[in-house]
Amino acid sequence: MTLVYDDRGDEAADVFPVRRIKFTINGQKKIAEVEPRLLLSHLIRQGVGLTGTHMGCDTTNCGACTVLVDGRAVKSCTMLAVQVDGRQIETVEGLAGASELHPLQEGFREEHGLQCGFCTPGMMMAAKALLAANPDPTEEEVRWGLSGNLCRCTGYQNIVKSVLWAAEKLRAQAGE
Amino acid sequence: MYPSRFRYEAPHSLGEAIQLLHDGGGEAKVLAGGQSLVPLMKLRFASPELVVDINNLPGLAYHRAEADGTLRIGALTRHADLEHSELLRGTQPTMAAAAPLIADPIVRNRGTLVGSLCHADPQGDWASVVLALGGSVIAQGPAGRRSIPMSEFVTGPFENMLETDEIAIEAVIPAPRGHRAGGYLKLERRVGDFATVGVAVAIETSGEMVTRAGVALTGVGGSTIAATEAAAALTGQPLTPESIAAAADLAAQVARPRTDHRGSAEYKRHMVHTFVERILTNPRHAGANGSTAHTGTGERAA
Repeated sequence: MTLVYDDRGDEAADVFPVRRIKFTINGQKKIAEVEPRLLLSHLIRQGVGLTGTHMGCDTTNCGACTVLVDGRAVKSCTMLAVQVDGRQIETVEGLAGASELHPLQEGFREEHGLQCGFCTPGMMMAAKALLAANPDPTEEEVRWGLSGNLCRCTGYQNIVKSVLWAAEKLRAQAGE
Repeated sequence: MYPSRFRYEAPHSLGEAIQLLHDGGGEAKVLAGGQSLVPLMKLRFASPELVVDINNLPGLAYHRAEADGTLRIGALTRHADLEHSELLRGTQPTMAAAAPLIADPIVRNRGTLVGSLCHADPQGDWASVVLALGGSVIAQGPAGRRSIPMSEFVTGPFENMLETDEIAIEAVIPAPRGHRAGGYLKLERRVGDFATVGVAVAIETSGEMVTRAGVALTGVGGSTIAATEAAAALTGQPLTPESIAAAADLAAQVARPRTDHRGSAEYKRHMVHTFVERILTNPRHAGANGSTAHTGTGERAA
């Protein structure tokens, strides 16, 4: 990955030093040199080059940029990249296996859980954390659990159905 | 949106963090959950020269009750930890009611209660809750520790009384002197919006008698408002429709709402009255498991 910063001279470099961080993203170990003000969302999109994580509102409202940091869902526009030093990040690109979609992705396909698709990566990552904590949620719990993610197309009905579909499949897989 | 340039330090000890703040000479900010500070920095409303990230400090992610019932909440305890806390559900009805109504589920994974108190947003929910419960903030600086009552901690909108080299390390809720009951109700246009109106009520009862009461209001003034006269109207007698109505009247009178895109001042004042009445007519009780449904009891207006 490459991020290019303005060279403001050695003095500025001493005052605002670029920091070296190590992190894991979708199982891959990475090293990055980042300005402290770089946001996690930018590290993922422009640094690592994984553009599945979408920037929607950039104001902590919409949840399109949701990723998992050490298993917890966070809005990556509201966390500094330097803060993931030593941590594990999962993005939507990490959901599918080599040949198989993740049950959440299947669910969104089966239940028509997306229209324009912009919010979908964030929805899926929020849903992944939700189902990890609660494998058998009620419809109400899914709605509540996804209330930090906005969708302007679907009216949410099919998103909720998709997550319930995935929950059922994941439970069946776990029981196999 | 990028924040302005800043220097970033993530110390591993509290002493080191305080030293960094001290050396920062007022140009440093503490970063805990970052769910208010990072957005403010992105909008350039805040441009600190130094950010001291306290997320690596050990031993600050806890909430626990002492033998006498005093509750202590560490500076790195996230809203989500409190939302899912059995301890809160069993012993702190007002806090258990508020926790699921803070921001949205993803923001709750990062944001902290102590950080929310320090941020001192007039629309911050926790400040009202802690104020109604008579809580305090423990600050640590170069000279040692001090306890600051919540009633004095917030000095204005987005202003608290911490020295520039002090860190708020803990919030403390005093032990109840009787049976604890209460609630928190919040009117918001949608999940994650700031409160149009929020009302925190905390009472303690001995037999039928209310021995202590606290009422505090969110979003209806330049800072969190302690409705002390409303609380006084409840104390020293059993809860009756008359005492509840009197408290609701007094709370509505002390509100200083402004007409804005979230509603008219009259409407907001009316909602303060309604919420005080609603909480006290059907309060949540400590020890009653069913009283704190997971899905929250927030009032959500279209």
